[in-house]
Amino acid sequence: MPEQLVFAMEVTLNGLMAGVLYALVALGFVLIFKASGIFNFAQGVMALFAAMTLVGIMDGQVPFSHLINATFGTDIHHFGWHVPALLAIILTTGVMVGLAWCVQQFVMRHLVNQAPIILFMATIGLAYFLEGLSDLMWGSEIKNLDVGLPQGINIWIDEATFNIFGYGFFIDNLDIVATVIAALLVVSLMAFSQYTKEGRAMRAVADDHQAALSVGISLNFIWVLVWSLAGFVALVAGIMWGTKSGVQFSLSLIALKALPVLMLGGFTSIPGAIVGGLIIGVGEQLFEFAIGAPYFGGATQNWFAYVLALVFLVFRPQGLFGERIIERV
Amino acid sequence: MKDTEGYVTADGRKIGGVVMEMKNITLRFGGVVAIKDISFDIREGEIRAIIGPNGAGKSSMLNVISGFYVPQEGEVWFRGAPRPPVKPYEVARQGIARTFQNIALFEGMTVLDNVMTGRLTQMNQNILTQAIWKGKAEAEEVANREIAEKIIDFLEIQSIRKTPVSRLPYGLKKRVELARALAAEPKLLLLDEPMAGMNVEEKEDMSRFILDVNDEFGTTIALIEHDMGVVMDLSDRVVVMDYGKKIGDGTPDEVRTNQDVIDAYLGVAHD
Repeated sequence: MPEQLVFAMEVTLNGLMAGVLYALVALGFVLIFKASGIFNFAQGVMALFAAMTLVGIMDGQVPFSHLINATFGTDIHHFGWHVPALLAIILTTGVMVGLAWCVQQFVMRHLVNQAPIILFMATIGLAYFLEGLSDLMWGSEIKNLDVGLPQGINIWIDEATFNIFGYGFFIDNLDIVATVIAALLVVSLMAFSQYTKEGRAMRAVADDHQAALSVGISLNFIWVLVWSLAGFVALVAGIMWGTKSGVQFSLSLIALKALPVLMLGGFTSIPGAIVGGLIIGVGEQLFEFAIGAPYFGGATQNWFAYVLALVFLVFRPQGLFGERIIERV
Repeated sequence: MKDTEGYVTADGRKIGGVVMEMKNITLRFGGVVAIKDISFDIREGEIRAIIGPNGAGKSSMLNVISGFYVPQEGEVWFRGAPRPPVKPYEVARQGIARTFQNIALFEGMTVLDNVMTGRLTQMNQNILTQAIWKGKAEAEEVANREIAEKIIDFLEIQSIRKTPVSRLPYGLKKRVELARALAAEPKLLLLDEPMAGMNVEEKEDMSRFILDVNDEFGTTIALIEHDMGVVMDLSDRVVVMDYGKKIGDGTPDEVRTNQDVIDAYLGVAHD
């Protein structure tokens, strides 16, 4: 097998893995957008906030310690204990559900029936508020997140590919775990929306608010539920990205990478978010490998996704799986 | 007639006590008075119609009953007690189901799924028990499914059970909406212009279904309609509204001969 093709295969595989992480962020957007028509700009910051909270809880950090110390002249930073990863994840999930309730109760509930742009602006405000809150609660230094996920090169794949192609693929264990977890998450979200009472109610709200009210569904409850689910998805995304590159404030920028994914997959489709993420992931890696690096001097991953999204906007504005936009004349 | 007493209809059906009573309801939108000081009651097992020309306030009245509008004055009594201002979904959970004039179905779902959403108020499992105790959740789903299927059979829409609602013609959509409302096994069923926009054949079908539902399940039905002919054949008692006021209340025969009603419908010469 020619060497170039083998390299391309490795790049494709790595692209798929990166795509899964994009898809994970996009998934959070889709959940909220489907059920409430809100484009949640804060999704990326939610991932950051979740990851910060998780690290903070695991390390036994005192929340708001800088604020407390500055106000009372104390010098406390740590409780002096360490919380096991699983328990910390459960606690953080609780925090994200609480956050969802607060967002609904104090922000979104008062903006029902407002124009989409107003809801969007509200989520921008929420993004900045959350970013400030994360800083105030947990401090701004880069933190290491280690919940016990395996990392480093997968020896088995390395050896197997070496035996076949004479060249060992470099696939990170973390990426494999991320893929499996993302797949599980998507399958369970699908099962939830198809087979549970709340899932059916969620689909009903996504379809028609008035009809949902008339069959006894509380819109408020469903919105808290979708914000909670989006919060949980943000936590999973935050764990993956945080483990990979440390928990830092640039984490909130992954939201911007989710935008082209959504334009490709459509804003209302869960499978669309997955496929869109994979296409962007593979597309940008392959483009960099085949065209970017040899002809443009590299670093094309930074913009390739957006250009691809632009092309899609011209030819298929509703995305691959989005609902067709039909304007009646 | 006392609240607890019933009466016997012309065709020999026994009507029970008062299920719902509107007491001096007034509803305003800014300076516009949509409903002005209207009182009437709905009795158990009867088909009660609210009629009137366009803009009379019929739909507003139905929206007051189903909690979509909150009246500025007056009380809504349900099953012998005044009802505090409630959200529409709470009204639905109390056993009042409704349909809409412009059809509000879940267009992306199949007919069966739509009807199953009508069962949501009857499901007791919550997120956790569904995840932990799969068997119990499944048993509940099966029981609810049976009721949904029964209603689908009853309204003769078996052949389109798995069809997405968005592909159905208008008349069938109206029927699916009725099925969804019935699936909740309501104590009071509100129908907002069930025959609007239908042809004669579809109207006859719908009339038959409404009578059958009332007959078979004993469901109390309140309906709005501006087609006089249909209403008179269908209902036991009729409230007539015009410009937000009640101008008549009684059996179809009483209403038909009421001079105010005739004036409202045919117009009256002003001197």
